[in-house]
Amino acid sequence: MSDVIVYSIVSLSLLGVLAALILYIIAQKFKVIEDPRIDLVEQELPGANCGGCAMPGCRAFAEQLVKADDISDLNCPVATNENMAAIAKILGKEIAEKEPLVAVVRCNGTPEFRPKTNHYDGASECSIAHSLYVGESGCPSGCLGLGDCVRVCNFDAIHMDEKTGLPVVIDDKCTACNACVVACPRDIIELRKKNKKDRKIFVSCINEEKGGVARKNCKVACIGCGRCVKECPFEAITLENNLAYIDPFKCRLCRKCAPVCPTNAILEINFPPRKEKKEKEGTPAGEK
Amino acid sequence: MLKTFPKGGIHPAEYKITAGKPIEVLPVPKTAIIPVSQHLGAPSTPVVKKGDTVKAGQLIAKSSAFVSANIHSSVSGKVVKIDNVTDTSGYRKTSVIIEVEGDEWDEKIDTGKTLKKEFGLSGEEIIKKTEEAGIVGLGGATFPSHIKLSVPKGKKAEVLIINGAECEPYLTSDHRLMLEKGDELMVGTKLLMKALGVEKAMIGIENNKPDAVEHLTSLAVNYKGISVHPLKVMYPQGAEKQLIKSLINREVPSGGLPIDVGTVVHNVGTAVAVYEAVQKNKPLVERLVTISGKSLKNPGNFMVRIGTPVSELIEAAGGLPEDTGKVINGGPMMGKALNTIEVPVTKGTSGILVFPENESKREEVQNCIRCARCVSICPMALEPYLLKAASERGMWEIVENDKALDCMECGSCSYICPSRLPLLDYIRLGKSNVSRIIRSRKQ
Amino acid sequence: MSKLITVSPSPHMHGKDNVKKLMYWVILALLPAFLVSVIFFGIGALIVTAVSIVACVGFEYLIQKYLMKVKPTISDGSAAVTGLLLAFNLPTNIPVWIILIGALVAIGVGKMSFGGLGNNPFNPALVGRVFLLISFPVQMTSWPEPVVSRTQYADAVTGPTPLAIIKEGISDGIPVSELMGQIPGYFDLFIGRMHGSMGEIGALALIIGGIILLARKVITWHIPVSILATIFVFTGILWGANPEANADPIFHILTGGVLLGAIFMATDYATSPMTPKGMWIYGIGIGIITVVIRIWGAYPEGVSFAILIMNAFVPILNKYIKPKRFGEEVQNG
Repeated sequence: MSDVIVYSIVSLSLLGVLAALILYIIAQKFKVIEDPRIDLVEQELPGANCGGCAMPGCRAFAEQLVKADDISDLNCPVATNENMAAIAKILGKEIAEKEPLVAVVRCNGTPEFRPKTNHYDGASECSIAHSLYVGESGCPSGCLGLGDCVRVCNFDAIHMDEKTGLPVVIDDKCTACNACVVACPRDIIELRKKNKKDRKIFVSCINEEKGGVARKNCKVACIGCGRCVKECPFEAITLENNLAYIDPFKCRLCRKCAPVCPTNAILEINFPPRKEKKEKEGTPAGEK
Repeated sequence: MLKTFPKGGIHPAEYKITAGKPIEVLPVPKTAIIPVSQHLGAPSTPVVKKGDTVKAGQLIAKSSAFVSANIHSSVSGKVVKIDNVTDTSGYRKTSVIIEVEGDEWDEKIDTGKTLKKEFGLSGEEIIKKTEEAGIVGLGGATFPSHIKLSVPKGKKAEVLIINGAECEPYLTSDHRLMLEKGDELMVGTKLLMKALGVEKAMIGIENNKPDAVEHLTSLAVNYKGISVHPLKVMYPQGAEKQLIKSLINREVPSGGLPIDVGTVVHNVGTAVAVYEAVQKNKPLVERLVTISGKSLKNPGNFMVRIGTPVSELIEAAGGLPEDTGKVINGGPMMGKALNTIEVPVTKGTSGILVFPENESKREEVQNCIRCARCVSICPMALEPYLLKAASERGMWEIVENDKALDCMECGSCSYICPSRLPLLDYIRLGKSNVSRIIRSRKQ
Repeated sequence: MSKLITVSPSPHMHGKDNVKKLMYWVILALLPAFLVSVIFFGIGALIVTAVSIVACVGFEYLIQKYLMKVKPTISDGSAAVTGLLLAFNLPTNIPVWIILIGALVAIGVGKMSFGGLGNNPFNPALVGRVFLLISFPVQMTSWPEPVVSRTQYADAVTGPTPLAIIKEGISDGIPVSELMGQIPGYFDLFIGRMHGSMGEIGALALIIGGIILLARKVITWHIPVSILATIFVFTGILWGANPEANADPIFHILTGGVLLGAIFMATDYATSPMTPKGMWIYGIGIGIITVVIRIWGAYPEGVSFAILIMNAFVPILNKYIKPKRFGEEVQNG
């Protein structure tokens, strides 16, 4: 009986030693020598693997950061400025501070403003509907409402509003990783400067058709009349291809443009309600 | 045993309701909307402007690139505007809108019905006339025909294939054309043979059109080199590569063209259009359109001027039925659903189908049960279930390596799927992404 | 127009078959074999089948509704097929509580834990059966006597299967020619008058079912043919080499679960390869493993193990065995 026990112990121990030896040799043979800074940099990155940096994941981006001589062009849209500063410190390189950005959906074509003209019954993907035709409404640039942007968001920062059929960005959660911007087949979503108290003023339309046509399909379309351009005291608004665009970096949030828009295509968000009298408005950057 | 292609294929219910309806000529519309992009390739450039008076057959938009085609006015009248109008692509595109006054044709055009058999033109002259007349493939793909006729250097065409398969359910326009314009078709085929420099032409017809097979076989006796071949009914036999495989048992290589295996395929409609262009100087300004649907009062085959609004065509067929759920431009397998019936008939409109509501909606989607039917019926021997899954997840490498670009979008996989998965929708998505990736790689 | 027209990508027509129809055709094709077992095993067959189907459908409903919190899809018939196939793989005198455990393992572990219909890598009915066979070897290998046990359920007279007789006998050194006297004749084997699992006995009925499935194009011929041909050829070689130590190939095909396995179990959609070439490899693999287990293994029967083992290879087959694409290899002439 004791023989059996001894044999089993000996044979198992031998097996164990053998396995350990093989593992050790293989580990030595296939050892990859890595820059230890990659791990340090990776720790500072958000670890969401969102692809916002155009690399397959945070680790790959960390490697890229360590390898590159000049890292000022490399940017993780999700990481905070402190994170990036820490990375710059680890690597001993310079990095520019970036403006915080937030995704903005530039379409306000709710069913009320933009009536349905047909019923879409294909696979529920914006990109498929977009390649098929103009969409359920008549607007060739408007939101298709099938949620490609929602599906790509890694941060749960964008969701569909059941009533309006349009995506809504939750500013606090949005990291400006650019995923939804890329996913939208109609380029409706734009990364814009994040202002105090998440205030924003933007032209909520990207339709470049002639005013009449655009208006026919959507009551809140930009018709390219140019009144906002004239109104803007900071030359922040440009008009191109029948479409006005407010430059978020030039805009000082004076709110002068929104009231003059005949189609209410300019949206003001998170501002205090306007007072009835117009004259009280419009101290530059006057949200105090 | 009749010939067919060996891999895959399905046999959908045929519903060739209009097979026995002779061609009727649809009256000239009040307003013609003529898009400048009715073909595969670059849109043409308009050469008329607002206020111009045009005659039927007059050039109104000129080919702007290598792959492009001339556009002619199909009516006589006044150009009222050049504007963006929704066309069969589902988007608004530049179109020339002509208010019709009378029906005056360009002087050069012979509008008579007499058959003109003899021709003394050289191959190049025929190609030139085809190009001038703006002829594109009338089977539905609308690829400019003159490019197909110009055999590239180093390649040689051995046989011309004329496509009379018409494998799509419902559609009967090619069928009627073969029956009623058999002689024109034969002369057109002779012209195409001359242009390509081949001695042999084969007309492939699916065997559900025995009258057309018989009629053309009896005519072919008088035309040297042309033979008629009945084929087993199998969708998608009318696809170029499948038809070549069926008729001459050659496989066009992946990513290649028919000319790589020494052949060129033209639709029967194209052959007739070439006849009219060369022998009668008549550019492509009208085409045969099947209008069909189970609840239509008067389905039929109409000779329609390009630019006629679809609504007028439907009116001629007895008006839009109460239970309409979907209007399709083309066949039920590959055609495109229209979002409005105010779009014009274009060169690629082989049929307009009006589907009742209960056949318009897709059925509920279930899990893939991996039954492998899509794999077994794919005529290109692809794996639709895999391409769909990869496209859905954005795995474009798999989509590319598993040859999604070989897919010709025949729709057999979506047709057969017992789980009603939108396989083709996702394969299309995969194809467009893969082509984009390939393009960016080349830069 | 008052109503909105529908726009969807092509194609705009659809085939008539759907998942439900396919599943009901499978059930229909299993009915002849079911009738055979009712004729030979009577009340036991009815009880086992009813319990198994109700349990499988019930477990699927409960799991979908309360664990996965999705809309139950029991009406698609796939759970009923699993239940029927599980019953076919059990002896007809098996206690009800064992069937319930089998059904729970089949549906819960074999199917739902992977995400339900279409996602399971292993045939659920076989997962249930093999689990029971390993857990309850005694109950799973006591086979009621055909015909005489028609009115008996738990107290049925039992006996060994033909395969077990042969296996025992050969290992005891008795020549096959002598052993053949102890088992029913070929005609009885063909119509199903023998000891065995409920649904595997009726060779003729199973073949009729197979013809129904092939005619309706529910399955393709590749898998059944490749399995049967492999078993036939492999056992034929062994038999030819030594007819006294090996049973003949016809015996091997007619006994045990070969026909049930080849026609109904191995062809399960989710767990079989997608391409004809893959199907051939899969079928040949099942055939070889079955014969290896039967001749050299510990169990007299190996079809279920063989199918489960080959199920594990299906993802690899799907990944590496590709159909020959149109225009891939140009052989013009």
